[in-house]
Amino acid sequence: MQSSQTPPRANLAGWLYVSPLVLVLVPFFVAPILVVLAASFFATDGFGGLTPGFTLASYVEVLHSALTLKLYLATIKFSVLTWIFTLIIGFFVAYFLVFHVRNQLLAIGLFLLCTVPFWTSNIIRMISWIPLLGKEGLINQALMALGVIRQPLEVLLFSDLAVVIAYVHQLTIFMIVPIFNSMARIDKKLIEAAIDAGASRFDIMRLIVVPMSKSGIALGTIFVVSIVMGDFFVVKVMSGGGSASVVSAFYEDVGVLQYPTAAASAVLLTLVLVAIVSLILRTVDIRQEITR
Amino acid sequence: MSAVLADMPKTEATKTVAPATTKAIAPSRGERPRTFYVLATLFALYVLALYGPMFCIYILSFQDIRGGLVFPMKGTSLHWFVDLFTQVRTGDVKGSFDRSIKLAVIVTVITVVVSFLAGLGFRKRFRGDTVVFYMMIGSLVAPGLVLGLGTGLLFQALGLNASWYTSALGAQLSWTLPFGVLVMFAVMSRFNHVWEEAAYDLGASRWQSIRLVIIPVLAPGLVAVALFGFTLSYDEFARSLQTAGSLNTLPLEIWSMTLNVTSPSLYALGTVTTIVSFIVIGASLGSIVLIQNKRGSSTKG
Repeated sequence: MQSSQTPPRANLAGWLYVSPLVLVLVPFFVAPILVVLAASFFATDGFGGLTPGFTLASYVEVLHSALTLKLYLATIKFSVLTWIFTLIIGFFVAYFLVFHVRNQLLAIGLFLLCTVPFWTSNIIRMISWIPLLGKEGLINQALMALGVIRQPLEVLLFSDLAVVIAYVHQLTIFMIVPIFNSMARIDKKLIEAAIDAGASRFDIMRLIVVPMSKSGIALGTIFVVSIVMGDFFVVKVMSGGGSASVVSAFYEDVGVLQYPTAAASAVLLTLVLVAIVSLILRTVDIRQEITR
Repeated sequence: MSAVLADMPKTEATKTVAPATTKAIAPSRGERPRTFYVLATLFALYVLALYGPMFCIYILSFQDIRGGLVFPMKGTSLHWFVDLFTQVRTGDVKGSFDRSIKLAVIVTVITVVVSFLAGLGFRKRFRGDTVVFYMMIGSLVAPGLVLGLGTGLLFQALGLNASWYTSALGAQLSWTLPFGVLVMFAVMSRFNHVWEEAAYDLGASRWQSIRLVIIPVLAPGLVAVALFGFTLSYDEFARSLQTAGSLNTLPLEIWSMTLNVTSPSLYALGTVTTIVSFIVIGASLGSIVLIQNKRGSSTKG
């Protein structure tokens, strides 16, 4: 690291500039995490009161519960499915915008078209599937009118399918943006050269485009996986209460004031998340990637 | 998202060389490869799936009193909008709307100032910068509900009352600031240091160079940071849930409505809040384009 050689003045100036950021993050990110960590070792009277102390009872309870494994499996299932769909759609949408749209202004316009919904309410975007997927929704109406089915499909809404649809709908943008960003930096001359050297279109994809978009894919994956793993309202609403995830169970625990078990489960989830994110970070230097 | 703005200044530079260099994958003239049509269809379907459902609920919110949650449309009226703001059953929509806008404005101002300063700080390496950087990434990826609960418990332990302008404000900043700083990174990476050095050479103080050189040059980027600050706060839900105290913000109100209101007034609320979002997005993108255009004409003229 160069930081050991930086003069003290530069250190001081740097810290002065980031001090407001630190002053927000310490009380509202570091401290809450530590509070949750502490609460996971406390005992409870069952009515929301916490007794300071050190007990591993909450962890034992969480780890011994058969429900925990089920919740993690459900969460992992949702994360993997969402990841696959957002990655495929995000990759090809970005690819289309970067390599197939000839007019640069049009490409930016289409890109903005994809990003606008990101700046609107997630909850509203989620419930907007109800008129489509519901028992009397448009999709069922259309399928019945076409004679494909006789009775409305019930699995469309309030099911795992609906949960994954809502996730993909909300999160594909988190794949498109970083992948678009890294693809836009690929020097087009490199592809020219590859074609001149006799590479097929598949070779170009396999040997140039995919490896050079790797950092974008990694960044998008971090966003998508951490959001799905930390979510609870999509699971709660779109599954109609039929499915649960780690955080939705956490939410129920908080609702009945079981803070220590909730906290223990949150600490475990955070550890899993940290493990996944640091695994991804080993493949790409995110800081260099972002600041470049 | 950050790329949008980051790519704007680049446009003019690359436009001139684009025809010759993009030929390889998508020929700039003549016949398009077959994959173009496949990908164009995929793109069109994606955009349709992105906007289609949203427009369904906007349309359905204009039904009359017989209206239900699904098509077909039953009459047209503004009944559910009136219902939304007058009925007790639908909760305190007006109050929460008011609070959400105020909170979003406060969050926007703080996010712009703090992200801008952090963006300046991260330009040079300093001892401990990695710690701050990963603290920020951690704040971004941490489950919002867990952070919210931690903040709520912290306030409880300190004997403070949770409210939308204290604990919820902080909880939302822990979400908007990392985004703001990431956008600043993208913006800063295209800032030419020569301009700043020129200002110093001409005898500018540090403050003068920030005020007269850096801020005007980065203005479009700062508008983008503001857009993120406002919309992310205005729609924030998970972190506010345990921190907003007794008075709800708008997303919390919508959340409780999804659980117990089964009339199109839910859709009407969706339409109203999306109009607000669209106004903010339009104003931000409009002012970015305006700044860019003004710049383009002044350099040409």
